[in-house]
Amino acid sequence: MNHLPLIIKREYLTKVRNKSFIVMTFLSPLIMIALFGVVAYLSQLNNDKERTISVLDETGYLKDVFQNTETTTYTNLTGLSLEDAIALVKEKEDYGLLHIAAVDSLELMTNNVKFYSEESPSMSVIFKLEGKIAERLREKKLEKDGVTLAQIEASNTTIDIAQESFDGEKSSKADSVVKLIFGGAAGYLLFMFIIIYGNMIMRSVIEEKTSRIIEVIISSVKPIQLMMGKIIGTSLAGITQFVIWAVLGGVLMLIVGFIFNIDILAMQSQQQEMALQTLQDSGINQKVGEYFIAFQHLPMTNLIIAFLFFFIGGYLLYSSLYAAIGAAVDNETDTQQFMLPILMPLILAVYVGVFTVIEDPHGTVSTVFSFIPLTSPVVMLMRIPFGVPLWQQGLSLLLLIGTFIFAVWFAAKIYRVGILMYGKKPTYKELFKWLRY
Amino acid sequence: MNDLLVANSVSKNYGNFKALNEVSIAVPKGSIFGLLGPNGAGKTTLIRIINQITMPDQGTVHLDGQPLKPEHIRDIGYLPEERGLYKSMKVGEQCLYLAQLKGLSKSEAKTRLKYWFNKLEIGDWWNKKIQELSKGQAQKIQFIVTVLHQPKLLIFDEPFSGFDPINANLIKDEILQLRDEGATVIFSTHRMESVEELCDHIALIHKSNKVLDGKLNDIKRQYKTNTFEVGLESLNKDKVFSEIQNKFEVLPATFRNLNDDIKLNIKIGENTSPNDLLSFLTSKAEVHHFVEVIPSASDIFIQTVKNN
Repeated sequence: MNHLPLIIKREYLTKVRNKSFIVMTFLSPLIMIALFGVVAYLSQLNNDKERTISVLDETGYLKDVFQNTETTTYTNLTGLSLEDAIALVKEKEDYGLLHIAAVDSLELMTNNVKFYSEESPSMSVIFKLEGKIAERLREKKLEKDGVTLAQIEASNTTIDIAQESFDGEKSSKADSVVKLIFGGAAGYLLFMFIIIYGNMIMRSVIEEKTSRIIEVIISSVKPIQLMMGKIIGTSLAGITQFVIWAVLGGVLMLIVGFIFNIDILAMQSQQQEMALQTLQDSGINQKVGEYFIAFQHLPMTNLIIAFLFFFIGGYLLYSSLYAAIGAAVDNETDTQQFMLPILMPLILAVYVGVFTVIEDPHGTVSTVFSFIPLTSPVVMLMRIPFGVPLWQQGLSLLLLIGTFIFAVWFAAKIYRVGILMYGKKPTYKELFKWLRY
Repeated sequence: MNDLLVANSVSKNYGNFKALNEVSIAVPKGSIFGLLGPNGAGKTTLIRIINQITMPDQGTVHLDGQPLKPEHIRDIGYLPEERGLYKSMKVGEQCLYLAQLKGLSKSEAKTRLKYWFNKLEIGDWWNKKIQELSKGQAQKIQFIVTVLHQPKLLIFDEPFSGFDPINANLIKDEILQLRDEGATVIFSTHRMESVEELCDHIALIHKSNKVLDGKLNDIKRQYKTNTFEVGLESLNKDKVFSEIQNKFEVLPATFRNLNDDIKLNIKIGENTSPNDLLSFLTSKAEVHHFVEVIPSASDIFIQTVKNN
């Protein structure tokens, strides 16, 4: 008698109809977006603050350096003494006074610039001023050595090393970035999915134990069917939630982005003018194009198929372990001692993925960890965009499936015995004994 | 083939602990079979083996002449002692789910549920959640779910716990009716008065071994000591008493009677018939009370457990 569809349906419907599940599904993206919105709004508010900065330049070198922008007005106080200038700035309640003391040489100037203000000034303001002054001083120094501005500009060079594999496949740095993002996202998604829905499976097993319905159910269906039904039903609920999150998050992101983007662009336009100029030289369009090409360079078919297999394999492996834990204990507080051995390899996988795959996707460490079954789903998913030989993927998947079958067998054993055990919190030794019952 | 369920020297070990040691039982068709034993004797293990929740290490179990197989799940209805329902699920939905797990089609399950809900007058519970019901009410639902798929074999583990006397009676009557309709019932309990009331056959398991089984009446016959409880009236109490004492083994007895002249338990030898005793007594005094002492299930239970 195959009751699997029936069990899956019940598990799915119970999860999906659960009030907290519904609330979480629809509220989480709203909260995320609201948070994002608030942060964006606040930083914008901060940047929007209008400032007046007075400049007392006793050297005369920095003429024309300080141009007014929408948010910052510069007042030139040249001619006043420092004391008078400070007094004036205080009276006008300006943001602060930039004082460039008179010196004999350009070299000495670097140590004779001071900023006077009521409160300690914002870092970004100081950085901006420092940048402007340093830029002008560099130009002045070069001029003194007989280099013209035109020459300087002409000497500005950026280099972009073109990459090509022995097989003649072209790639670029943009490729690596896109690959990293893809691999990282896939690995991290799996990690999150395992933690959130693995826990959900565990709780639902515990619920069956505490409500004592388990013996009624287990006299009708095989424990392994119940366990698989739970895992699949919960996963489907999880996928439903993820899809809703993705769609809802995407739509909200667009709306919020639409509202804020205009402002952000307007706000940044002037600050970016200079940056834009240099960008235009290297060609911003070319950059966008590069990423587009990099995207196309991704081994898409391989990526999608591998993602499906490793995601499902890894998720099933971990969730059967979660189910086993749920069966072994009576309540959630008892789960702690068994959670650690599950979380360790998972966290290790993410760390290995983040630190070594970026450094060298085909190095020894990343390769080894992409074979070890408990870490392979995450690490392999991160490696695959960089091109992993098919035999490696196949071998890793084979190991994963083998371990998965073993884990299900193991979990089913624990489950079969554990669901009917009440009272005492089991030790590892007892769990081992259960395997032989 | 008159036995619905036959377990043949079934053994089960949990690690080093022997939960069942070569236990054999035969449950006749259409009977109510009491599975008795002190706590931890192995009753639940045996029941779980019959339900294929656990497998025996040794021995075989046959249902209706066939070795137990997964398909037999539909032929068995099991009400475990540790029972419960999904708390946040609605009554109707839950019953449908559990019935479908037992192999009923959805529509069939619905029809039968309607019948039972009407019979027990709980139709308005359909859309309630289990957590809104009282414990006794939830037990009723559980009972319905157990019998809904009309199994050949019903196994009740402490079915009356949690019920008030009225509902306990209601359930008892339902069990008897199911038996009359052809179901066979295995009934596990500590409450000996319900064993007296319901069971035709019993088996007693103690410390993983079966120590006693058979028809309840046969067992009682086995355990009876040929003792008779008598109440006599006589003007000459002492004389009558000593005369009886000279002839039979005598113990004092207590029972309610209108007079309290002589109350005795008299044990007669194997070869003496009750009639002999009675005629002896009538010749000596006026007999007001003459009853054979039949051991109660409870007596047998305690005696057997103590002797083992």
